[in-house]
Amino acid sequence: MPYPPALVAPMREEMTRMGARELLTPQEVDAAIGDQKGTMLVFVNSVCGCAAANARPGLARALEHPVRPQEVVTVFAGQDVEATARARQYFADYQPSSPSMALLRDGEVVHFVHRHQIEGRSPQAVAAELTAAFDRYCGATV
Amino acid sequence: MSGHVFHPGHEELHGVTVVIRGVSGRTYVGRYHERGDRGVVLHDVGVHEPGSGISRDDWLARIRKFGIKVDHRTLIVPQDEAGEVERLAS
Repeated sequence: MPYPPALVAPMREEMTRMGARELLTPQEVDAAIGDQKGTMLVFVNSVCGCAAANARPGLARALEHPVRPQEVVTVFAGQDVEATARARQYFADYQPSSPSMALLRDGEVVHFVHRHQIEGRSPQAVAAELTAAFDRYCGATV
Repeated sequence: MSGHVFHPGHEELHGVTVVIRGVSGRTYVGRYHERGDRGVVLHDVGVHEPGSGISRDDWLARIRKFGIKVDHRTLIVPQDEAGEVERLAS
């Protein structure tokens, strides 16, 4: 059952403040991820304080890195249920967890961060893993 | 943030994905909830059965890359079955 909107509003705002675009419906997910070109990070948001409380600031810090995905989008697990289920279809090889992050390049998953890789880690540690992936997959190609 | 308890009143491992070696030879991976009189309560649990055709190490490696294929939403690993508990991420 979704949490009250007022409770999750700050968690949504934390994402949009860092430049992520919220995808609220399956149609919005398809429009954003279907036939995706270039690089995109999909953040599966969560109310979980164990992991999401470090994942969001970790991503915000990573997005200050000079090399970053061309676009960042987010769905909210347990809140925007249909949109989240549709987004997960685009990385169906990976079991659902939240929070989690999928880095896509031309529609293919090139890096995935599961919830278990976030738990107990500082935002700095989460950011370090992400920026390493950004450097590897989001830089200019020759 | 090692050692930081995210949920006041809970154990340090609460909410953390752990691996439990079972005395039976089974291995359990799931999100730790608590250890009570009946055993260790896990959520979103995958279970590896010895002799299942994939080694324990390969099964754990697959989980680390692709995540947990959930066999049980909630499972209590009995006290006399629950051996070593460690973080999956470690």
